[in-house]
Amino acid sequence: MTSPMVVIDRVTKSYGEVPVLRDINLEVAAGEVISLIGPSGSGKSTLLRCINHLERIQSGSITVAGELIGYRRVGNLAYEMPEKLIARQRARIGMVFQNFNLFGHMTALENVIEAPVQVLGIPRREAVERAGEILARVGLGDKLHTYPRMLSGGQQQRVAIARALAMKPRLILFDEPTSALDPELVGEVLDVMRALAAEGMTMMVVTHEMSFAREVCHRIAFMEAGRIVECGTPREVLDNSAFERTRAFLSKVH
Amino acid sequence: MTVLEAHSNSVADHRPSEEPRLTYVPAKAWGTRIAAVALLLVVVSFLWSIASNPNFGWTVVGEYLFDPRILSGLYLTLWLTLVTMVIGIVLGTVFAVMSMSGNVVIATIANAYIWFFRGTPVLVQLIFWYNLGALFPELSIGIPFTSLWISVPTNTAISPVMAAVLGLGLNEGAYMSEIIRSGLLAVDPGQRQAAKSLGMTSGRALWRIVLPQAMPIIVPPTGNQAIGMLKTSSLVSVIALSDLLYSVQTIYSRNYQTIPLLIVACLWYLLATTVFSLIQARVERHFGRSSLQASQARRARQ
Ligand SMILES: Nc1ncnc2c1ncn2[C@@H]1O[C@H](COP(=O)(O)OP(=O)(O)OP(=O)(O)O)[C@@H](O)[C@H]1O
Ligand SMILES: [Mg+2]
Repeated sequence: MTSPMVVIDRVTKSYGEVPVLRDINLEVAAGEVISLIGPSGSGKSTLLRCINHLERIQSGSITVAGELIGYRRVGNLAYEMPEKLIARQRARIGMVFQNFNLFGHMTALENVIEAPVQVLGIPRREAVERAGEILARVGLGDKLHTYPRMLSGGQQQRVAIARALAMKPRLILFDEPTSALDPELVGEVLDVMRALAAEGMTMMVVTHEMSFAREVCHRIAFMEAGRIVECGTPREVLDNSAFERTRAFLSKVH
Repeated sequence: MTVLEAHSNSVADHRPSEEPRLTYVPAKAWGTRIAAVALLLVVVSFLWSIASNPNFGWTVVGEYLFDPRILSGLYLTLWLTLVTMVIGIVLGTVFAVMSMSGNVVIATIANAYIWFFRGTPVLVQLIFWYNLGALFPELSIGIPFTSLWISVPTNTAISPVMAAVLGLGLNEGAYMSEIIRSGLLAVDPGQRQAAKSLGMTSGRALWRIVLPQAMPIIVPPTGNQAIGMLKTSSLVSVIALSDLLYSVQTIYSRNYQTIPLLIVACLWYLLATTVFSLIQARVERHFGRSSLQASQARRARQ
């Protein structure tokens, strides 16, 4: 049994007085694809943002590949790490956003090589070659020199996934990757994610695409009001949930 | 038969008619054309009345246009403008970033700087720096609580040129910081987040991702500031520096050819402004590459 990729242990987080995450416990195995579902405001995005320390948690701990995220542990004290070290941890955790967030002043290729060259120090020539391969893999081999605003939403999101992949991440966090897309463009992005799942990438996916969750995800976690209400296989959660809250939510989504 | 069927039938059934095709004639905007011609006449006759008027002293203008005193004044004006704009942009960037800091003390200090230097006349600031020696006879730098100190008399350290650079540069920094701040605010916060999630430090994210995208917003008002500085820098005459305007003033105070010499100054200011505008257009084009591709593609499709 390999050690889990992500361990979220008794995590709480609040904005001022308002609790957003309450006592979250979750383990994600290496190669596992887990989807987070739940009503708006339940804390799904916040949880993802805590995993790469874009947000601070107030208590508990988050570990990715055995490394405590954001802090250095000495006995029972956890000192927040300097920005450089946090950046180094983030470099190995991919993140894909609802609004793509491609760098608007850079072509697709430049978007993909930016972090490998600037952050990992990979020689430009090598980075360009690898970026070409990755973009071809997501079906954009002919769009290398196109700026984001000239790409469709689906194409932009695939560039964003390529940009995350170029950092050779151990884990990719997806925050509603298809919510901003026209319905006919959703499929092309989900296809790329399906292929990644098949290759054994560890992925945490916040989504409203129940068919994707059912087909591709190994487990589904249902969140509400900052808690994980239940977590199980798609069958357990989507078809035979023991929880009234889950069934109520699902009946609204379908 | 439903409306939908009727519609689709009529489209399918329509036969091209046999009539000759229409030739379209665009409306002639006669009013606009007449106004344009009238305006042109006004402008030409105005220019002619200036050019042919002996009171403007065009021969004197020609005589003094390349006078060495005026050229050295022009040199000082250009040099001061460039140096103070560079200082202004650097300081402006630093204070813009500081004023957006999460740390209250840092943000407050930056805002106080901006408040003070925008709130007092730059003329007063120039005179202040020029007279610094009266307030602090000696300037010292060193390490506190040790004997490692160097002191120099203020009047040797702060020459008039130094006072001008300090006065204009610090003032410009306050204006530039507001321009740069508005540029930084216009960039979607998602850009910074994406940069961070890829392992960039906030400094690198600012330099590589946010600033370049803020440039299209920052450049046009910065060009304005530079052109304004060409003329604001003429205030340095109060601290005995001989810039372009001051050097023509010295000449006409002796030969009384006031108007021709002011025209000389204006011609040089206009030339400098033209060059600055060209540079600005260049820089704007450079930072607009991503939208340029979009507009080119749009044109190609039409
Ligand atoms: N920066 C912030 N400051 C204060 N409150 C915030 C902030 N960000 C999020 N919240 C609050 O935290 C709660 C959880 O937000 P979060 O974005 O994690 O929800 P979500 O489950 O992703 O919802 P959605 O499906 O709408 O994206 C919400 O009540 C939200 O109002
Ligand atoms: Mg969300």
